[in-house]
Amino acid sequence: MIEFHLDDRSGLAPYQQLVRQVRQALRLGVLREGDRLPTVKEVVARLAINPNTVLKAYRELEHEGLVAARQGVGTFVTVTLADASLAAHGPLRQELRRWLAKARRAGLDDESIEALFTATFRAEAQEDIA
Amino acid sequence: MTAIMQARGLGKRYGRRWALTDCTLDIPAGHVVGLVGPNGAGKTTLLSIAAGHIAPTTGEIEVVGARPGGDPGHLARVGFVAQETPVYAGLTVAEHLELGARLNPGWDGALARDRIARLGLEPSRRAGRLSGGQRAQLALTLGIAKRPELLILDEPVAALDPLARRDFMRGLMEAAAEQELSVLLSSHLVSDLERTCDYLVVLTASRIRVAGEVEELLATHHRLTGPRRDPARLPAGQHVVSASHTDRQSTLIVRTEDPIHDPAWTVSALSLEDLVLAYMSEPAETGPRRVLEVQR
Amino acid sequence: MIWLTWRQFRVQAAAGSAALAALAAVLAVTGPGLADDYASGIAACGTDEACEMFARHFFDQHRTSFQAVLAVVLLLPALVGLFWGAPLITRELEAGTHRLAWSQSVTRTRWLAVKLGVTGLASMLVAGLASLAVTWWASPVDRAAGSEFPRMTPLLFDARGIVPIGYAAFAFVLGVTVGMLVRRTLPAMAVTVAVFTAVQIGMPLLVRPYLLPPTRTTVTVTAGNLDALMADGPGRPFQMRVEAPDPNAWILSNETVDRSGRTVKTVPLYPGTGPCARDKGPETCVAEIGRLGYRQRLVYHPSSRFWAFQWLETGLYGVLTAGLGGFCFWWIRRRLS
Repeated sequence: MIEFHLDDRSGLAPYQQLVRQVRQALRLGVLREGDRLPTVKEVVARLAINPNTVLKAYRELEHEGLVAARQGVGTFVTVTLADASLAAHGPLRQELRRWLAKARRAGLDDESIEALFTATFRAEAQEDIA
Repeated sequence: MTAIMQARGLGKRYGRRWALTDCTLDIPAGHVVGLVGPNGAGKTTLLSIAAGHIAPTTGEIEVVGARPGGDPGHLARVGFVAQETPVYAGLTVAEHLELGARLNPGWDGALARDRIARLGLEPSRRAGRLSGGQRAQLALTLGIAKRPELLILDEPVAALDPLARRDFMRGLMEAAAEQELSVLLSSHLVSDLERTCDYLVVLTASRIRVAGEVEELLATHHRLTGPRRDPARLPAGQHVVSASHTDRQSTLIVRTEDPIHDPAWTVSALSLEDLVLAYMSEPAETGPRRVLEVQR
Repeated sequence: MIWLTWRQFRVQAAAGSAALAALAAVLAVTGPGLADDYASGIAACGTDEACEMFARHFFDQHRTSFQAVLAVVLLLPALVGLFWGAPLITRELEAGTHRLAWSQSVTRTRWLAVKLGVTGLASMLVAGLASLAVTWWASPVDRAAGSEFPRMTPLLFDARGIVPIGYAAFAFVLGVTVGMLVRRTLPAMAVTVAVFTAVQIGMPLLVRPYLLPPTRTTVTVTAGNLDALMADGPGRPFQMRVEAPDPNAWILSNETVDRSGRTVKTVPLYPGTGPCARDKGPETCVAEIGRLGYRQRLVYHPSSRFWAFQWLETGLYGVLTAGLGGFCFWWIRRRLS
């Protein structure tokens, strides 16, 4: 079972944060096919948020085909992403580790590495759109 | 679903002072509605009218489809947790539940007992000896267990510490999720409402400034920054909520349904708090001085 | 709603019952002895004169407890207004709990009706029982007091029969009304006591005498009906007072009129001189007063009207109570929040 949390300073709408946390959990293998998501009441009682926010997040996940609601029983995960993503991305991760080591040797601190990665990632994305 | 509250030209005068002026609202059911405004803006007046505790001077109001406060049947459909969450100091927790059971036809005794047990409130304890947070929870239990369609709460967490505040909101949201309850609560702090409300009403200096679904409000309000210019010369669809200028730069908060094309502006999104503050500092028609005075 | 009202009223009700029980206990212990003493004394006295002596002595003997018991019944309605009436609504307003009560599925009219009904009936019950007990206990003393302290006269009238019930109901609703208007318990208590006292003083002075037309009669002064013949000092003229044909009447005025029917304060006769010289005896003096044409005009309510007045006054307080009660309902619907 996944436990949600909210970050008030993330800049993301609460429902988007919930959606993202489910996706993340799927990727990390915390959630697998057949797992039940917490009920709306449970989430609301824990986070003190509007029930409609949770409903909206679950609808979005349903729309993306990641979960399915079963009347009166709960909302269940319908896919497993962990194996596909993490296992398949092993070599990529290796490469990224090597690159990180190289960056440190070049004298970059954590913040600079993050900034470099984000800037490059964004530039790449923009080129794709253009 | 019907509207939980419809008001037309609602006003309330105390002596010479208008506590509420020309209030027109149409709030659909199924929302958690936040009523936000500075202290003394008229929030309590509006909520007391909605609960049927005071009669309006002008205008009309319908709450869950009927005029408030009229008959016991209608009273049973609307719950009200008053400011400072009053309870009878001399009565025990159990006696409060007994009171609820005897005075409300739709009383859900199991729900009330369950809530009290989960909160760890001793049934034999006198309400006068409860902490502020426990007292608020007891008042909330009375409000929820009568199983209303709409629960109105007047500044329920204003006097509570952050932990009690969070606990109270958890209980309230849980009830809203479980009972398909519409909730209308007021606060002078937006932060209390940010996570919980999906519908917002801003009230300052006795007037409604803006009302609508939070998502829609956030989608239609923008902060524009750019070279200094006169806000009166903006396109027709853009309503300026607030404007501030330096000698070179203008910062505007505008409401518009249309996309903003002018390349001179840098457009950024607003947080709910920014949006509310923009409306609160908006000069009222009666004069900007009074608004500031009330806000202090 | 009755449950809640009773639950809130419990402590006050207990205090009231305890006080009433204490009073009843004291009266029950002393009452039979008092009645026996009086009955045996009256049976043994023989002559009228001796009986009168005994009665006067008996009354003097019990004057203190008689006055204490009188004070209890006179104070009781004020206490009811003070401690049951005034706090009834103010306590809720001060704590804000009226908002809790009004948020239940009970109209505020019903809320007020039950509160007024339960506590008001309790007030009337307490006053009625106290008056009943005291009227029973004091009956030998009342009889002994006779014309010295007739039960028609103010104070004693207020503490006998059924009027205490009317007073208690009025004081209670007065307390509630003042409380609703003032909204604070202590000031409401003060105002309640002040207004109630004013009404209780004003009633026998300004209203009660006119509830029924009084009996008017002009009598010739005789040695038999002369009550007092007094002068402010030697060389000052006499003033006089006579007894009413009914010794237990409530005398409203007792004034001297001359031959032409005009009211005069004094008669032109002086102590120790002329017909009223000491050696001549009162008959000559009185005869001279008659010869000069002075008579005495009496305005009074005969003692037979005691119950008529009791019912009238209780009814009047009932009307006042109902009026204030109606105002309370109007106020709670229109103005109170």
